[in-house]
Order: sequence, then C-alpha cells, then structure tokens
Amino acid sequence: MLTSQQLRTLSDFAKEIRKKTLYTIGNLGVGHIGGALSIADLLALLYGKVMHIDPANPTWEDRDLLVLSKGHAGPALYATLALKGFFPLSELDTLNQGGTNLPSHCDRTKTVGIDMTTGSLGQGLSAACGLAYAGKIDKKDRYVYAVIGDGESQEGQNWEAAFFAAHYKLANLIAFTDNNKMQIDGMTDDIMSLGDIEMKWKSFGWFTQRVDGHDLAAMDGAIQKAQEQSDKPSMIILDTIKGKGASFCENKVTNHNMNFDLQTAKAAIAELG
Amino acid sequence: METKEMRAVYCDTLIELAQADDRIMVVEADLMRASGTMAFKQRFPDRAVDVGVAEANLVGVSAGLSAAGKIPFAATFGCFASRRVFDQFFISANYARLNVKLVGTDPGISAAFNGGTHMPFEDIGLMRMIPGLTIIEPSDPVSLKALVKACAEHQGCTYMRLHRKAVPALYEEGESFTLGKGKVLGDGSDVTIIALGAIMVGEAIKARELLKQKGLDAAVIDMHTVKPLDEELVLSYAKKTGCIVTAENHQTAGGLGSAVANFLSQNYPTPMAMVGIHDEFGQVGTQSWLAEHYRLTAEEITRKALTLVQGTRRNA
Repeated sequence: MLTSQQLRTLSDFAKEIRKKTLYTIGNLGVGHIGGALSIADLLALLYGKVMHIDPANPTWEDRDLLVLSKGHAGPALYATLALKGFFPLSELDTLNQGGTNLPSHCDRTKTVGIDMTTGSLGQGLSAACGLAYAGKIDKKDRYVYAVIGDGESQEGQNWEAAFFAAHYKLANLIAFTDNNKMQIDGMTDDIMSLGDIEMKWKSFGWFTQRVDGHDLAAMDGAIQKAQEQSDKPSMIILDTIKGKGASFCENKVTNHNMNFDLQTAKAAIAELG
Repeated sequence: METKEMRAVYCDTLIELAQADDRIMVVEADLMRASGTMAFKQRFPDRAVDVGVAEANLVGVSAGLSAAGKIPFAATFGCFASRRVFDQFFISANYARLNVKLVGTDPGISAAFNGGTHMPFEDIGLMRMIPGLTIIEPSDPVSLKALVKACAEHQGCTYMRLHRKAVPALYEEGESFTLGKGKVLGDGSDVTIIALGAIMVGEAIKARELLKQKGLDAAVIDMHTVKPLDEELVLSYAKKTGCIVTAENHQTAGGLGSAVANFLSQNYPTPMAMVGIHDEFGQVGTQSWLAEHYRLTAEEITRKALTLVQGTRRNA
C-alpha cells in the first residue's frame, strides 16, 4: 500500500516526467508522444519506488533492470532517468540531434541507465527473458521489468518469449502491456484485435493481472502481487490512454508520432499545473 | 586421420571452456541433437538453454544473457541463423554491442538431404553486412577447436559456420589460429587459391596437386576468417602470384569471392576467378552429388585456375 505521502510524491514525479517529455519532444518538433505519455505513470512508479537502482552507480550489478521493448517511448524514459539524476536534465534537449546520447529508440550503448537496446518491435521481451534467466541461475535477488505495447503484441516473437518465460518459471520477470488501444494505423481493435489479451498470457502460463495504468496505487499493488509469485512470470495489462495528460493529443489516434511545436508543449505543460 | 565429428569437437571445446569460465552457455532451438551439444547440457544443465522451435527468441534470449554478462553460444541451422533471424541478430545482438556467439550449422551443400529450404548459400553475405561482426568458417577439427576458443575470447558478436560431420584434420593438433589471420597451407608462385570451410579447403589442397601435375605451382590459403579479411595476406599473395581463385561453399556474390574482390579491386586489381554458387538455390542430394552439381570440386578449382593463369599470361 502506498502512503498518501508516497502517492503524492509519485504523482508529482509522473507529472514531471510528462512535462519533460512534452518539452523535449515539442522542442524537437516531432516525436512519439502518445505512447510516451501512456507509460509515464508506470515509469514514475518503477523508478520512483519499485526498482532498486542507483543513479550514482548506473551499472550496479545487482540493480533491477528495465527493458522498454516499445523503444519508441524512449523520451519518457529519458525524462525519468534525467529526473532521477542518471544524467543532466539539460541533455534532454539533445534528443535526436546528430551525435546525441538520446536517440528516438532506446540504446544501451549510448544512454546512461538504459539496460537494453530496443526499437525493432517484438524483440525486447526475449532479451528480458535472457536477463531473467541469467539472474535466476546466478541466484541474484533482482527483478527484470519489461514493457511492451499493445500493437507490439502482434509481433510473433513475444509469444516465443511467452513460452520461454513460463517454461523456465521466470518469476523474476514482471512484464507490462501498455494497453493504450491504439497503433499507428488506427484503433488496435480495428487494425488487429488482441482479443482477450489477459487470457492469452494466462493461457501461456503467466500470472496475469489487469489494472488502470494511470492508477499508481493499483499498479503498485499489482507489482507486489507479481513479486509474490514463486514460479510464474507476470504480465500486468495496463489499461492506459495514449497521450494521457496532454489535451492536444490525448486519445487522438494520430498521436503515435506527432508534429507539435514548443508553444503547444508549453500550453500542455501549463495545463498539467 | 581425425574421424571425430566436428559437432563433437564443438561440444567438447565448449565443455572445456565452460569448466574454466562459468559465463559460457549454450543456447539451442530444438537442434541440440543436431548441433551435438547434449553432452554440454548433461554436464551443465542450467547453462544449456533450449528455447524450443523459436529462433527469434533464441537470438533474443542470447542477447539478454549476454547483457547479463554471459557468453552464449547460440546454434541453429545456418539458414535459420541468418535468413530467419537477421533483424534479431542485427539489432538485439550486434547493434546493441553485445557478445553473442551465433553458430550456423550445415553450411551450403552439407545440408544435403534437408535440401533447398535448409541450405544456406547466402548466410555469409548477410552477415558481412553487419558492421563489426567477425565471421569464421573452420576447415577441420583442429581449427574448429582453436576458433571456438578464439570466439569465446573475442569481445563482440561472432558468426561461425559449423560443418557438423567428420572431416579429415588438415592441421597438427595444437596449431594456433588467430581471428582475422589466414593460414597458408601450401606456398606457390603461379596462382593462389583462397579457400573457405570444411569442404573447399580440402578441395583446394587436392587442386594444388592437380595443378602441380599440369606444371603450375599453386599457393593455398585457408581463409578461416572471412571478416575481418586478412587483407595483408591477400595483398601479399596477389603480388606474389598475380592471380587468385577463391573457393567457397556459398554464393560467390556476398561471400569470400566478393570479399577478396572488394578489397583487391580498390587496392591492387588482380585477375580473379571464383568457385562457389552462382545465383542458385539449394536442393536435395547427397553432398557428393551436390558438390558435382554445383561444381564445388578440386577439378573445378583446377579448371578455373588453369584458365585464369593462361588468360593472365596471354594478357601480360
């Protein structure tokens, strides 16, 4: 259970992540704003409370790991890492500029605090499986967290990884589906329906839960239950809103990779308060 | 004469490495019996991971293991290791600058009865396009053992073509090998045969004898590392013999022939001929039938070398 103080702190952190993400992408003029904002609350919870990390020692061997398989949401993670002190906030302004350490899609070799290179959709969960398997045989007391998109769930490789994690009983793997119900070409249900996505993961042998991805307390409770599992990997389906928190793009199907200027970003930041 | 199967050498070498280094792991996609790594699994059950029939996950899990500090040797048939999981190997392993040792078994015509679906003539070509990747194809059990060890020591991804069956030893036990440094198996002054792999290096040695009967003195190089190419050695033999024949169990487009030509054309244009597959698909057959069909033989190397030397001398 989150205390009201924790809730307030995490809620503020999520708001800051949204603001920095909006500013960073608005400053550039274009970016994957929708899917970045939909996971801002999850990132606030993971980096604000759940994950064992040390910004002063980003490669700490026993840290918890995050594989952001929907790598295009990188800017939200960069905002999170910068706010946590992994690198200076000023670096956010370099997003996607030539020679930057902050490319559109996550790159473990460039960005301090990024645990896996992602962006070619469908590949991250497999890497998370490898990380979790290694942690298990090395008897490390750490979790591997992974985030996949709902559209990304259409990639077959996820389901190869789904077999694997259940077969090897990777209880140290906790994955999330950012179920924002949109993909590039339209509503997920219109393009390629996921059907009962929670049941799909359950039938593969995962411990599944479904919660509101903008409810910090609900997500925190779900993660705790996931951590109590002893022989099953966890999939937590997060019902989210693509573009959450910025009225100019919230729930707009065009928000996957959207053009907007700094003025628009600033208005959205003011809206967040 | 060495009669041990190459896959047994592969497995025994990995076991030897794994005893000294607990980072060494084996990752397989339901082809452990084919790759010959069952003994590794018996020895190190936790460190042999079978992902089932799921090659994309094979590479992805290996990338994750590598990110956790392991040294995974991931093997599957060469066709799957290259064509099927090119993006996974490209992005999750190489672009991510991880340390995945990918092994493609049954190269080229050694896929024999598995036929065209399983016969990689293009894996080297695909792999050569991946920046910084080290690509090797051992020619015998001695070089295999040494090169598996070299792969394990190398920091970065590697792709190794593994001929599974038994082939004769070409080297004395204990011979040393360095990644990126070809081995001269026979010196010569008229023509250089640069060969690759467990089939063609042997054929090149036979061709050297056939050429000797025709009065030609051929050098033979085992170019076990296709990338990085031993440019220094290629250049010195281009200068020394004035013409070069490449021999590979792979498409000449994208393969060893291309690699040598690409280098020489820009540095020391040298008349060349290429023995290999010329824009064709694979098909079923015994390995010997396929070798004849695709002309991956000592006779073909000899024929091309003779024609090349004659043409070069005429134009001189």
